[in-house]
Amino acid sequence: MPAVSKGDGMRGLAVFISDIRNCKSKEAEIKRINKELANIRSKFKGDKALDGYSKKKYVCKLLFIFLLGHDIDFGHMEAVNLLSSNRYTEKQIGYLFISVLVNSNSELIRLINNGIKNDLASRNPTFMNLALHCIANVGSREMAEAFTADIPKILVAGDTMDSVKQSAALCLLRLNRTSPDLVPMGEWTSRVVHLLNDQHLGVVTAATSLITTLAQKNPEEFKMSVSLAVSRLSRIVTSASTDLQDYTYYFVPAPWLSVKLLRLLQCYPPPEEGAVRGRLTECLETILNKAQEPPKSKKVQHSNAKNAVLFEAISLIIHHDSEPNLLVRACNQLGQFLQHRETNLRYLALESMCTLASSEFSHEAVKTHIETVINALKTERDVSVRQRAVDLLYAMCDRSNAQQIVAEMLNYLETADYSIREEIVLKVAILAEKYAVDYTWYVDTILNLIRIAGDYVSEEVWYRVIQIVINRDDVQGYSAKTVFEALQAPACHENLVKVGGYILGEFGNLIAGDPRSSPLIQFNLLHSKFHLCSVPTRALLLSTYIKFVNLFPEIKATIQDVLRSDSQLRNADVELQQRAVEYLRLSCIASTDILATVLEEMPPFPERESSILTKLKKKKGPGKVPDMEETKKERNSDMNGSTEPVSVNSSAVTMSTPSTSTDLLGLGLAPVLNSVAPASAGGSLLVDVFSDNSPAVASLAPTAEENFSSPRIGSADVVSDDPAAAVHDADELVNKFVCKNNGVLFENQLMQIGLKSEFRQNLGRMYIFYGNKTSTQFLSFSTAVICQDALKTHILLHLFCITKQVDPAVDGGAQVQQILNIECVSDFMEAPILNIQFRYGGALQNMSVKLPVTLNKFFQPTEMTSQDFFQRWKQLSIPQQEVQKIFKAKHPMDTEVTKAKIIGFGVALLDMVDPNPSNFTGAGVIHTKNIQVGCLLRLEPNTQAQMYRLTLRTSRETVSQRLCELLSEQF
Amino acid sequence: MIKFFLMVNKQGQTRLSKYFEHVEIHKRTSLEADVIKSCLSRTKDECSFVEYKDFKLVYRQYAALFIVIGVDEAENELAVYELVHNFVEVLDKYFSRVVTSQIMFNLDKVHIILDEMILNGRIVETNKSRILAPLLVLDKMSES
Repeated sequence: MPAVSKGDGMRGLAVFISDIRNCKSKEAEIKRINKELANIRSKFKGDKALDGYSKKKYVCKLLFIFLLGHDIDFGHMEAVNLLSSNRYTEKQIGYLFISVLVNSNSELIRLINNGIKNDLASRNPTFMNLALHCIANVGSREMAEAFTADIPKILVAGDTMDSVKQSAALCLLRLNRTSPDLVPMGEWTSRVVHLLNDQHLGVVTAATSLITTLAQKNPEEFKMSVSLAVSRLSRIVTSASTDLQDYTYYFVPAPWLSVKLLRLLQCYPPPEEGAVRGRLTECLETILNKAQEPPKSKKVQHSNAKNAVLFEAISLIIHHDSEPNLLVRACNQLGQFLQHRETNLRYLALESMCTLASSEFSHEAVKTHIETVINALKTERDVSVRQRAVDLLYAMCDRSNAQQIVAEMLNYLETADYSIREEIVLKVAILAEKYAVDYTWYVDTILNLIRIAGDYVSEEVWYRVIQIVINRDDVQGYSAKTVFEALQAPACHENLVKVGGYILGEFGNLIAGDPRSSPLIQFNLLHSKFHLCSVPTRALLLSTYIKFVNLFPEIKATIQDVLRSDSQLRNADVELQQRAVEYLRLSCIASTDILATVLEEMPPFPERESSILTKLKKKKGPGKVPDMEETKKERNSDMNGSTEPVSVNSSAVTMSTPSTSTDLLGLGLAPVLNSVAPASAGGSLLVDVFSDNSPAVASLAPTAEENFSSPRIGSADVVSDDPAAAVHDADELVNKFVCKNNGVLFENQLMQIGLKSEFRQNLGRMYIFYGNKTSTQFLSFSTAVICQDALKTHILLHLFCITKQVDPAVDGGAQVQQILNIECVSDFMEAPILNIQFRYGGALQNMSVKLPVTLNKFFQPTEMTSQDFFQRWKQLSIPQQEVQKIFKAKHPMDTEVTKAKIIGFGVALLDMVDPNPSNFTGAGVIHTKNIQVGCLLRLEPNTQAQMYRLTLRTSRETVSQRLCELLSEQF
Repeated sequence: MIKFFLMVNKQGQTRLSKYFEHVEIHKRTSLEADVIKSCLSRTKDECSFVEYKDFKLVYRQYAALFIVIGVDEAENELAVYELVHNFVEVLDKYFSRVVTSQIMFNLDKVHIILDEMILNGRIVETNKSRILAPLLVLDKMSES
């Protein structure tokens, strides 16, 4: 090795770096850097042409300055000039600068591409490598366009040097990532896959990465890589440790390549071919065996490299989930690691075992390690390891060990790190509910949760316990007694007051017989907490009091006194004041019967998926809560069947209005709910109550509100670049507007989008109103209408803005308006997408909704007689012209509503045309710029079967189909 | 894939950074500060893998120098952990016992080494002599 001197000949650079290192303060450093930047700038701008050496030196300095965290806004041109130098060192610095500093949308790309092109053509492997590295690092679209044709050729050419092949493989991977459309693999696939057989392990390493990525996208096409990867892996695993020379790392043969091959195999199910499968199993067994052999070296590098391969092999075994023998061996191996002195191994073992727990074959084997895992929870010094232990306990939990695991988690919760408390609370709540045999245990557990970690108990958790208590009458008495006892504590968490208030309000009567918990004592106990609570809790307690009036007429006077006091009747908070006033009046004027009806016990909640689970999933991000929920559920379905947990009425929760004092369980609304329809209380009713739409409309789109509930928007820090990906799954939405032109298109917590539209012949105009529902300004507000390519040729859209160029800032509470002019050129299927972006409270919000521009909007109704109708009907008798659909009614079959919908659809409703008076017929003409399409329709309801038959005949097949699709969704 | 590669000293100053996905410069500074903070605060008993936002950090300490690699969930932690050591051994081989100041004075060469080992966020070469080959060509050229 050559002795390397400081700065290697570039004295100026060495001096500069030493200067920086000697700077005593940040200010001194900045001063020195600014001086240097000024110097370099003047050199670059000077009249004297710089020689290659100086250019290189200055570019090197800039690079160093950049690394210290200063933005460099010049010197790019000089770096690009260096690319064309014939001196390797200069060229190399040029490439380095570009790959570190230039991002993919620089204007210089064209010049850079020129340099790359020359170097690729040079046939000098060193130069070619530099050029390929640059493409792999920068990888812009323009580069992809310029080089996609060349790179696969370089990759598979027989005379290409190995090192160039390696760079070419990763280069192609990069281009495939940035511009997949430009890299047609087809003809290269087989030759690329065969690189797995290459003599040179470096080439195989690079090619495996490329193939893995491509196989993830296109598994079918790369299927043959499986057998090649298996045989390559087998050769590595069985080789003597010296066979692979420099690819052996501390006596482990090619560990990184082995890991990559095992990863590649995880893109596929177990090999179907017996021989390949046998060979793979053999490999995996060998890897497991090696773990038991005495180490060939005491060095930690040896065991790490060996274990890297081992863990990857175990991942593959778990992924295949088909060989019970291997799964159990894997589990035992991980069990050994659980007690290893290396923290890294314990961490990885816990993590890997967590996925193993969801396999049917190894679930029992995993459970045998419960004591070790519990011990880890208690003794590990590293919070991330303890976190893994919690995850594993959660994953291995089933009916047999739930009580123990929940108890341990509760124990741990007392000392757990703040960062993971909320998650543990959610997990305990879920396990307690899921595996509760005895619901008194469940209630105890949740109350314990509130006692130990009340601050971390989210609303979902306490809503849930109340729902379960309400739905299960066998625990109501016990719950009332338990919360009553828990409330005796001098300091109890506000969440406990909420649960206690709610439960006693509903079921306090069940324990009132005991003199120790007589009505008055219950009331006094609750009221003693009242003044320490926040407004929403106080509001809830007031509702409890009025419920007490009904449950315990004997303390009515006491309660009325409390309600009547100034601190209630004149409370500064409007919500509290209103409740006090109304409840007081109610208690005074209503008869006992009315009170009993209005304040009746809450009806059971409808069953849904637990919103706690949803919350946990959200918290962990998709994928982190493994699908074991599903798999386990399937496996245990017979066990769970009878006690399938009842769930939160999630729509009641998501319907939360901004006012914090509305209690979400609908307690405040209890009078309304009960008096309207006790049996159907629940989410749908809430939607109706809040809906501004007329009942007919509301029933047209009952799910729209749920679809647009807020979570996505709230957490949309990461903005998808592809607008179509973020489109709210909203065919419902388009359907909602098929038969009408005005209404609310979209609404969430932040904004409301309203529409008014009018259409005449092939033209239309749509007014879009954006309302800011918050009190904060939206910044950088912008909108765009996107038509998919196929759609572009069919309709023309022109977006006009009425209020200036839609002001980029939208004030809180303000509304802005846009006009969209639409011209229909020919018939079309898809709806255009409206994309809206703005900043709210620092986070970029991006949403897309489908605009309800549908083909039927361009209808002109046509009146005709019965004779005309049937004559034309017969003319359109070619099979392609007719589309028929038979479907079930989704809404009540009301003749008047149906008529309104058909007229709203755009056709003329023809009376007295059909011989059967209960059928509907209609006619109209679709106007597009190119053609006009006449259209006849017939709708035959069958009230007995609650079915419809819809028939459409038009002269164009696509039109018939689209119209049938649209209209059939309406009934 | 590997998202970034950082060399940081105990004072929290970045000595080398390489990103395999484009990150704005002002975001780099805050990301680095954050990453360093979460690694520096850890003791020897704690494991070398840290969950950080939606990816993992794998770090290894050599005297006063930390090497931190950000990876997504598709990487094998131990393999990356040993990759760091392999990298350090390559530096050692080239510089005959590497020290921090050499890294600073020879940034360009360290970058060449890194480019030979990791390309586009994937491990591309692990064989030490092959990693160093282009660098030796370079040295030969500058001698002549």
